[in-house]
Amino acid sequence: MSPRFGIRIPRARVVVLDLSGDLRGDAREDLEAAYTDAADREPQSVVLNLTDVDYMDSTGIALLVGLLARTRRDGRDLSAYGLSDHYREIFAITRLSEFIRIYDDEPSAVGNVPAGT
Amino acid sequence: MPLVEAVNVTKAPAVQDAGSDRRGDVPDPPQRPQRPSRFSPPRWRRAGPAEPPPVAVEQAEIAFSPDDPLLSYLAGIAEPVPVDRIPLDSPGTRALREAGISLVVPLVTAGELVGLLSLGPRRSEREYSTDDRRLMQDLATHAAPAVRVAQLVREQEAEVLARQRIAQELHVAQLIQQQFLPKELPNLPGWHLAAHYQPAREVGGDFYDFLQLPDGQLGVVIGDVADKGVPAALVMATTHSILRAEAARLVSPGDVLRRANGLLIEEMPPHMFVTCLFAILDPASGRLRYANAGHDLPYLRTAAGVVELRATGMPLGLLPDMEYEEKEVVLQPGQEVLFHSDGVVEAHGLHREMFGFPRLKELVAEPVTGGELIDRVLTDLSRFTGPGWEQEDDITLVALARLPGPALSWPAPDETMSLPRDARVLAAFEVASERGGERRTLPILAKAIEPLGLPKARRDALATAVGEATMNAIEHGNDSRPDLLVRVVVAATDTAVLVTVTDQAVDGPGQQDAEVPDLDAKLAGAQSPRGWGLFLMRELVDEVRTRDSVGGHTVELVLRRDGPS
Repeated sequence: MSPRFGIRIPRARVVVLDLSGDLRGDAREDLEAAYTDAADREPQSVVLNLTDVDYMDSTGIALLVGLLARTRRDGRDLSAYGLSDHYREIFAITRLSEFIRIYDDEPSAVGNVPAGT
Repeated sequence: MPLVEAVNVTKAPAVQDAGSDRRGDVPDPPQRPQRPSRFSPPRWRRAGPAEPPPVAVEQAEIAFSPDDPLLSYLAGIAEPVPVDRIPLDSPGTRALREAGISLVVPLVTAGELVGLLSLGPRRSEREYSTDDRRLMQDLATHAAPAVRVAQLVREQEAEVLARQRIAQELHVAQLIQQQFLPKELPNLPGWHLAAHYQPAREVGGDFYDFLQLPDGQLGVVIGDVADKGVPAALVMATTHSILRAEAARLVSPGDVLRRANGLLIEEMPPHMFVTCLFAILDPASGRLRYANAGHDLPYLRTAAGVVELRATGMPLGLLPDMEYEEKEVVLQPGQEVLFHSDGVVEAHGLHREMFGFPRLKELVAEPVTGGELIDRVLTDLSRFTGPGWEQEDDITLVALARLPGPALSWPAPDETMSLPRDARVLAAFEVASERGGERRTLPILAKAIEPLGLPKARRDALATAVGEATMNAIEHGNDSRPDLLVRVVVAATDTAVLVTVTDQAVDGPGQQDAEVPDLDAKLAGAQSPRGWGLFLMRELVDEVRTRDSVGGHTVELVLRRDGPS
């Protein structure tokens, strides 16, 4: 079975996770699989592509909190792009945006995230 | 040969009939005596030979009082008698003398005086001979039964005419009445409506109506004009039109009745008034607002028993500037309201006892489904009144039943839940407690609030908050049991959108998300990554209220319509 969320490497040590559909608690295993896949590439930065995410709820937020905790443990930068205004606001309310830098689109995200040495 | 000057055709009364007046309605009545009587005054008319008599004939009309002793005297002697030998000085006798009558010939048949032949003086100026009198007696003997037959025929014709006129009036009243009764019942999903109207023979002025109001609301009217026949039907028609016009303009039942009263005062004939109950049902939420202008109180069947829906107010058309108390109740699934007119409770039984309110209340108490409540009332009423009952007044029944919901059982009615008075329900629906069930609420919510034209940010904020509230209800309140439902009601006032989300509280009184989520603590592993639900709701809408009651937790979300976008 192919993974639900694909990963891409647009630049050395930068991995983009292409998330899609509903981001809810039941996406936990798919998200963990994608991150594990990404982590194998030893990226400095993990970029979440949320362009195709239609819906996110508090359980999806909880997944992102878990992912954020894990990337921080792993010493990796986590950023995101493709959020609607509404989800930008939710990131602000939950203070996720203090830890996950939000970019407007993929080029600005990929161009600005730290790629290490 | 004596000249027959005139024939006095009359029907003398049997003494015991003198007081009754069943012929009062006969058209073109002959000149009547002063007091009511079956007795028809005499009518003098010419009945002479076909050719004009050689001498001018005087005619006179004489009215006899039915209790003039002359009449019983004549009935008793039953033979021609010269007027100057009548041993009486009664008004009738004097009248005969004054009219110049010499001889009266009583027309008697079956012992009853049915008329008089009254003859003037003989032209020879001699007294009537014995032969003359015998001839007259023979004539009277033959004429009396024929006169009686003619009288009966005429009476019957008059009665037929009177009956036709009454029937015609009844028919007109019925036509007016029926013109204004609803032709069909409104179709309301989730509700069963039934109505029954049964006019008395003399139409009593009952009416009922259903009005389609904005936002899918339904107006329900039941009323009774305090009179009968055509006048009542006309007042009913006026009231009907006024209520229709006012209900379309005004949102509150109390205001509708207040305006209707003001308008009817101007048009109401004296001594007439209208009792009327006006209710507005919101089928989505089951909310019923009502006001009452002196009409019989409706009965509501609840799980706890039958209650009267009380609201005070004077009948319409009596006094100006009346205010009408407005009340409301939320009809829960399985509950039913019966509106009724006094024709039911005031019906009399075989021993003249009244049907009465307690008996009707008991009938409402037994749970029934569909249209059976009205059938049950009618069946019981017919048992009570017995066969051959002449219905005294119109009977009107309107039943409004909220069908039991699809759930196994819905929580006990939460009477504390009441929306603001001016709230309109935009949608009310249920979702099963399945994983992801909250997602199904969102398109319905979006469609419901679409007409409000909220900015996108406000819509999104509300959607997320409702999604969170629903998810909590599914996972916590209903323990993710798919057989349990979460009920969502979306309503709006001029200033705010209100959404209530209610579960069935199988987890007992619960308190989720008690801890304020703190991202630092979560990242440090000191808090679960979860627990954002209530926090998000509080952040996204203007007010979040939670209410725990036996059988259901409710979360109320309030979003100001003019809030920041």
